Amino acid sequence: MAETVLTHSGQPTARLEGWRGIAADWASDQRAFKNVSWGKAMMWIFLLSDTFIFSCFLLSYMTARMSTTVPWPNPSEVFALNIGGNHIPLILIAIMTFVLISSSGTMAMAVNFGYRRDRVRTAILMLVTAAFGATFVGMQAFEWTKLIMEGVRPWGNPWGAPQFGASFFMITGFHGTHVTIGVIFLIAIARKVWRGDFDVERRGFFTSRKGYYEIVEIMGLYWHFVDLVWVFIFAFFYLW
Amino acid sequence: MTNAAVHMEGQLHAPAHGAVATGAVHAKGQQHPIKLYLVVWGWLFVLSTGSYLVDYFGLHGYLRWSLILLFMMLKAGLIVAVFMHMAWERLALAYAILLPPIAVLVFVSIMVLESEYTHFLRVLFFATPS
Repeated sequence: MAETVLTHSGQPTARLEGWRGIAADWASDQRAFKNVSWGKAMMWIFLLSDTFIFSCFLLSYMTARMSTTVPWPNPSEVFALNIGGNHIPLILIAIMTFVLISSSGTMAMAVNFGYRRDRVRTAILMLVTAAFGATFVGMQAFEWTKLIMEGVRPWGNPWGAPQFGASFFMITGFHGTHVTIGVIFLIAIARKVWRGDFDVERRGFFTSRKGYYEIVEIMGLYWHFVDLVWVFIFAFFYLW
Repeated sequence: MTNAAVHMEGQLHAPAHGAVATGAVHAKGQQHPIKLYLVVWGWLFVLSTGSYLVDYFGLHGYLRWSLILLFMMLKAGLIVAVFMHMAWERLALAYAILLPPIAVLVFVSIMVLESEYTHFLRVLFFATPS
């Protein structure tokens, strides 16, 4: 029924619709994800495990916030900034959100141009994505500095429930680490694209395997996931 | 995968009409019109602005929480479905990735019960009522 597909995604194999198709794929020989390359499947499985990690962070934050009898600090005020004499609530976080969404947009375009084998545009868009990511991390560093100067510590803060600091540093710190790793990942792949590795099928330094433009999409999955996690952090930690 | 003529509904076998000419004729992998990404990008900006305005106007109570959750789910759905191409992936992969996080919701309900119990005990034995 299903032909064997090599490591990169080829033509979609014939399939049944709906649940019958799922059952047929999972019950078939050797591969459950027929037209999905191992690289993409493994990135998705990694992202699933990362989902659980971030879920646990947000859950422990929820538990701390729901069970404390001390009032929780108001994020709208904590993250407000004075710009030009105006007191604007949560403005820094809003800008960070827009920066990250913009980076997701440029990443999606990079994937698109990658599959069109437009080497230069792909590399430039990836570098723009990396620049947005670095900007985001920079703003986060500013935010951390500001809060630490104001006396926020993992064990206490001037405004209310002491767990606020622990939740804040843990959640945003872990997310910022992901963004930082993503920026490094982006620059590494952008360099390969720029050099034309995927046009001449140059073999990788560590793996000795040929690379394909699909790595741009796999890299994109990671980057979009970082943006996705921020959507949840923004909703639950900053807006709630 | 045919080239750019793939629709939002996930028609993997949609024939290539040649209507959307994209440089690469025999391109492999996920090929979709640029316009689709720009539209989604725009919507993400609109939805983010919406969730920021919820805070800016200081909405409270169930209205605030339902709006926050609505904007959050719409943004997450757009990112996963279009930017991460889940809408066009084979169902065997989509279900393998999208179903397990439902377990998190079970965990959430367990921890809600647990933290309400903790809160109850704290009020009962430690806290001065505020």
